[in-house]
Amino acid sequence: MSARADTVLSIEHVAVHFGGLIAISDISFSVCSGEIVGLIGPNGAGKTTAFNVITGFLKQTSGDVRYRSTLLNGLKPHEIAKLGLVRTFQRTSVFQERTVFQNVLTGLHCRGRSNLWNILLQTSQEKSSERELTNAAHGILHFVGIEQRAEELAGTLPYGEQRLLGVALALAVKPSMLLLDEPVSGMNPSETARFVKLLEKIRTSGVTILLVQHDMPMVMQVCNRIVVLNYGRIIAEGTPSEIQNNPEVIRAYLGQGKKRA
Amino acid sequence: MSRYLGWFLVAFLASVPSWLNDFYFLHVLITTGIFIIAAMSLNLLLGYTGQLSLGHVAFFGIGAYTSALVSLGFDVHVLPDVTVGVAPKSAWFAMLCAVLVAGLTGYGIGKLSFRVRGAYFVIVSISFAEVVRLVAVNWVELTQGPMALNNIPALTFAVGTFELSFLRKPAFYLLVLAAAVICYVIIARLINSRAGRAMIALRENESLATSVGIDVTRYLVIATVISAAMAGMAGALYSHYIRIVDPDIFLFIYTVTMVIMVVTGGKGTLAGPIVGGAIFGVVPEVLRAMAIEPEVQWIMYGVLMVVVVYFLPRGIVPAIEGYLAGRKRVVDVETVPSAPEPLEK
Repeated sequence: MSARADTVLSIEHVAVHFGGLIAISDISFSVCSGEIVGLIGPNGAGKTTAFNVITGFLKQTSGDVRYRSTLLNGLKPHEIAKLGLVRTFQRTSVFQERTVFQNVLTGLHCRGRSNLWNILLQTSQEKSSERELTNAAHGILHFVGIEQRAEELAGTLPYGEQRLLGVALALAVKPSMLLLDEPVSGMNPSETARFVKLLEKIRTSGVTILLVQHDMPMVMQVCNRIVVLNYGRIIAEGTPSEIQNNPEVIRAYLGQGKKRA
Repeated sequence: MSRYLGWFLVAFLASVPSWLNDFYFLHVLITTGIFIIAAMSLNLLLGYTGQLSLGHVAFFGIGAYTSALVSLGFDVHVLPDVTVGVAPKSAWFAMLCAVLVAGLTGYGIGKLSFRVRGAYFVIVSISFAEVVRLVAVNWVELTQGPMALNNIPALTFAVGTFELSFLRKPAFYLLVLAAAVICYVIIARLINSRAGRAMIALRENESLATSVGIDVTRYLVIATVISAAMAGMAGALYSHYIRIVDPDIFLFIYTVTMVIMVVTGGKGTLAGPIVGGAIFGVVPEVLRAMAIEPEVQWIMYGVLMVVVVYFLPRGIVPAIEGYLAGRKRVVDVETVPSAPEPLEK
């Protein structure tokens, strides 16, 4: 584990037990500023569990999670989001019954400053705050590339665009680090290509990214570094080419089979 | 556009007492209006935060009792030789107290049930309403129990020698209308704001809401407080109108009535509880006016409800909106050739 100065997220000896089941036995890794790190592993390896622990949706049994030197243990999900550590979900996660635009406005919650009095009295401060949010929402939709869908109900969008909206929601929080859980699963190759472009754009805007993904070519293409989980343990860590040639990783994915000399 | 339509509707409703001479029907409109306020308050919780409160009548009843007690005055023995008493206060002040006490109770319930959602929230709210009813029945020294609180003062408004008594039906009708408009505006402003978006986010997808930094519990408590305060105000209006309050005000059937109004009208829409409330408040009286046997009336009432829920599961208002939007979309497609999808390569 590298203890570099620009480490933003560090996971130290985190373990998660569900009763007798050990979902994560003991993992430690860190993510540096500006990186795109991939977290991969076979089904049930503990990737989403790790995500849930980092973002406060699940309490770890032991170990520490730190984000920019803030200890996240025991913080609630919304408090962690306010620190700039924002996640997306594995299944499509949008506010189905609201329009795309309203979705993003909801995501902009933390950037608004209106309180109850301002809302009920419709003060000029409230109006200007709402105007700012409206502009910001248009900006985000444009950035993600779904502004032409702004007035449609989120639930009626095609699958790929719902995933994009999920990312737009996360970006609305103004994250300094994004955790993407299977962002391109179920997308066709052209949608995936479009998404990879978007990832690059997000990274160049200064956001660090941690990514869980099954689509190996995509992971190998975009990630600087990859952490491989299997049975709740880290079995390998390194650059995409190192990981591709790591015998342990190959065994985890393809099974051992007959031993050959 | 719809804003002008709304104000036109309010102006029309305000003109009703000037041409309607049937005081009985005005009475029906007043009680319907009070129930519509309660239904609107329930809609804030059920329609926007998505939490079904089946004890909503508790806030209504607490408002009614608080307003009655403060305006009548009371003495109770807290300990065997310690009495706490309140001298009779003005009915307006009593109403304000009702709003505050109901709101505070809402805060308590919101905080208490901050971790429970769905079915558990329903159970907490039902139990709460039942506990409050039992208190009203048994704490005879305070509430007179089943003997009821009588002669609750009417609301009056006096400037110099001019005195307007809200004992008269037209005046009280306008008072209820004003209260309903205020509640409507508060809810409308709320749900179109940052706070309202947070509440709807809780309804739509709670984990997603927290993941974008929304403290859902806080907004659930805010919604509960505002909802309870409005229901309390409706209760206070009721007690100063009917001028007698007994524990039957906490009956479960009143909560059910409110839920029916919200669900059939369209939960999560501003107009829903008004439409639903108007239908289910006025229809029984219309049926009665047609001299239909009470048994048949109830059957028709039930059939109407089943028909609405069966054919318009999302409620009357969303169905109409959907129909209008559908027509609009057809027109759009016919007149404007749709732009080709921008392809990003």
